[in-house]
Amino acid sequence: MLSCKEVSLLLSKACDQGLPWRVRLAVRLHLFYCQGCTQFEKHLQVLRAAGRRLAGSDALPGDGAKLSDTARNRIRAALQRD
Amino acid sequence: MNDAPGKLSDPATWLDQHGDSLYRFALLRVRNSTTAEDLVQETLLAAWRAKDSFAGQAAERTWLIAILKNKVIDHFRRTSRETPLPDVADTDDAIDALFIEHTDHWLHPPAAWSRPDNALEQAEFWQVFQDCLAGLPARQAQAFTLTEVDGLSTEELCKALAAQPSNVWVMLHRARLRLRECLEQRWFGAQAENR
Repeated sequence: MLSCKEVSLLLSKACDQGLPWRVRLAVRLHLFYCQGCTQFEKHLQVLRAAGRRLAGSDALPGDGAKLSDTARNRIRAALQRD
Repeated sequence: MNDAPGKLSDPATWLDQHGDSLYRFALLRVRNSTTAEDLVQETLLAAWRAKDSFAGQAAERTWLIAILKNKVIDHFRRTSRETPLPDVADTDDAIDALFIEHTDHWLHPPAAWSRPDNALEQAEFWQVFQDCLAGLPARQAQAFTLTEVDGLSTEELCKALAAQPSNVWVMLHRARLRLRECLEQRWFGAQAENR
């Protein structure tokens, strides 16, 4: 029987590549009786959705970071030199 | 803002039009303002030199972001080469603490999260998310961002971080475990208490 520690690693790995069918089956059997790992699998999907959301924007929503004036002037000077 | 497909605007205006946007993109990934500024500069210089290759099919900012994304990956590859990643340690105390010794079952099983879709619409959630991401060890944060935000495959991630697949999977897994734990403590758990 797989432990939660093993199953959580396999669920995470499954986000990035397929698992052999025997392993998939063992994971599904574990999930059948384990609420914690079942939730963990859902949370991985939330993390993925959050990542996708960030991909569509230039920054974390609400992040107002701006180039400093010093950096801006330095970059402008470098562009003019080039 | 010139963000429609078509012609390039005057390169002298790129910094004003896209500088902050490029800076935020870089900062989210490299987490260091000086490095992020340098990457913006490298990107604009490279774009200026390559302006003739702009096909006009993409929006100007999309084109600049694509150049910056490659600069970010080059930066990771360079730093990974300079300070090669030691084999990922077999044990990580913070991760081990999430499981019961010997049985390896959850010490505190992950709880059901209430309305995660709703959370993604809230600025406060993203502040917590940013804090949680900033709390990860640097390599884990890089692995997470490159995979989940930039969509790199395992193969591409291995190249960017100069690491073996087994290492990057462990890094990614630890990143996800930590992020999940942090979000549950600071957002989803707190939300449940407020209900």
